[in-house]
Amino acid sequence: METEEKERRVNYWQVFYDDIFLLFFLGAAIFLISYTIWGLIELSAAPLSPLV
Amino acid sequence: MNWKFRVCPTTGLKVHDSAETLIQVNAVTAIVFLLVGGALALLMVLTRWQVVHILPADYFYRLLTLHGIAMLVAWIIFFEMAVLYFASAVLLSHRLAVPWLAWTQYILMLVGAAMVTVMVLMGKADVMFTSYIPLQAHHMYYLGVILFAVGAILGCIVFFATVTSAKVEGAYEGSLSLVTYGAAAAAIIAILTLAHGAIALIPTWLWALGVIPMMDPEAYILMFWGFGHSSQQINLCAMIAIWYLLGTLTVGSKPISEKYCRTAFLFYILFVLIPSEHHLLVDPGLSAAHKVWNTGYFMHLAILASMMHAFSVPAYVEVALRKKGYTKGLFGWLKEAPWGNPAFSSLVFSVVGFGFLGGISGVVYGTEQINIISHNTLRIPGHFHATVVIGTTMAFMGVTYYVLPLIFKREVAFPTAARWQPYIYGTGMTIFSVAMMFVGGFGVPRRHWDITAADAVFQLNYGPVVNIGLAITAIGGILAAIGGLMYCLIAVATLLIGKKIPQEA
Repeated sequence: METEEKERRVNYWQVFYDDIFLLFFLGAAIFLISYTIWGLIELSAAPLSPLV
Repeated sequence: MNWKFRVCPTTGLKVHDSAETLIQVNAVTAIVFLLVGGALALLMVLTRWQVVHILPADYFYRLLTLHGIAMLVAWIIFFEMAVLYFASAVLLSHRLAVPWLAWTQYILMLVGAAMVTVMVLMGKADVMFTSYIPLQAHHMYYLGVILFAVGAILGCIVFFATVTSAKVEGAYEGSLSLVTYGAAAAAIIAILTLAHGAIALIPTWLWALGVIPMMDPEAYILMFWGFGHSSQQINLCAMIAIWYLLGTLTVGSKPISEKYCRTAFLFYILFVLIPSEHHLLVDPGLSAAHKVWNTGYFMHLAILASMMHAFSVPAYVEVALRKKGYTKGLFGWLKEAPWGNPAFSSLVFSVVGFGFLGGISGVVYGTEQINIISHNTLRIPGHFHATVVIGTTMAFMGVTYYVLPLIFKREVAFPTAARWQPYIYGTGMTIFSVAMMFVGGFGVPRRHWDITAADAVFQLNYGPVVNIGLAITAIGGILAAIGGLMYCLIAVATLLIGKKIPQEA
């Protein structure tokens, strides 16, 4: 009985791997924060050329 | 509701009629663009071959723009839409969710691709694939790219809707199959990538219309490469999903460890997009911290994922063949592999070409110091022709030899030519890529009609070795064009005269 219960219980890692929507949000967060938002903040803070 | 299915006599999979039709139209459209892009590729190599130099300068840049779009965008993304519908509806034996949205995807992408093609051919968009600001194309060109991107996003939404409805309606329990999981990774990356494309190109479109007075070139480049390079990661995931599919179809193999393969896909989802940064390494507006962070440890986790797949795929092919009794010596299994099956030989070319030529050269050229000296040379096209053409295109070609009987219900026409096709195409592209990287090492520029700068104040002389290298590049390209033409003719002939395979309803 206990063994059956253990077999039925899904490993947390398995739940994580199987949740494609969670993976989507994690992937989006890393890419957006690390590349896009950080990059746009740096570009917006860059001083304008005196030639403009 | 009554959904119309048929059962495939070979695989036993249930095939929903809407999914089947949409796979067919997307795949056929992809092959049409491959034919167009391949014809243009032939003109490109015959122009870069210094002795032939067939095109005048304006046509070279115009047709190079179209070659990039037809191959890198239209052929590959149309085919990926077919792969997404196949990996969701067909492999899960489930109905395709919201078929009308999938048709909207197809129509938007077709209209978008047609608009872009017409604008380029009319000479109103000689801006190359990157369309860097301040180069400005006709506003209809940008609108075409935006429509195409929106269509592709809709295709990804249909994929997720199909997978979700399959789960809710009990078409599968537990985890997705590995191939569908890889396709899901491709769809996740596609949505993020295409959203960046829209953010880069919608303001550019408004700028071309005159609504916005100016564009920030650096912000454009940042967003464009979030789309331009990341779109190659969609190909990467789709290609590797197909490697696992082809392994199963050709030698009956199963992954040795599903967890290991899924972890590699997880690394892709989390870390494969940020290396887009390597296109920005010499841009002055971004800090060294941003550049080093995005081309540092996290990027190498994505590279680790590719190495994991590179070990996993050959290993599970070996295990499957050894189980069949091919156990003589260390490489007896390799000798007895089904080399006459075009899907298997395509798989081998794809794995070896992607891993050894494209992957390794990509890691080297993506390193900051080397990137600075190599980025505008022919080393980079040599690298990405190995990844996208030998890798992705050959995987797609290989799976076509199974899609034709399964989805188009016809036996492959000209089977002898089909057996030779991957060898001709793969050998040609290998010669092409290696020779291109070789001459790039001498500093020969990419995207350049006249590398000698004949009309300039100072001329450049690269020496005879470069001319020989460019000639070898062209010979490889011509051989690949013959192999590509064979693939298109075999596919078209199968549709027109291929023997019909009887089906049960």
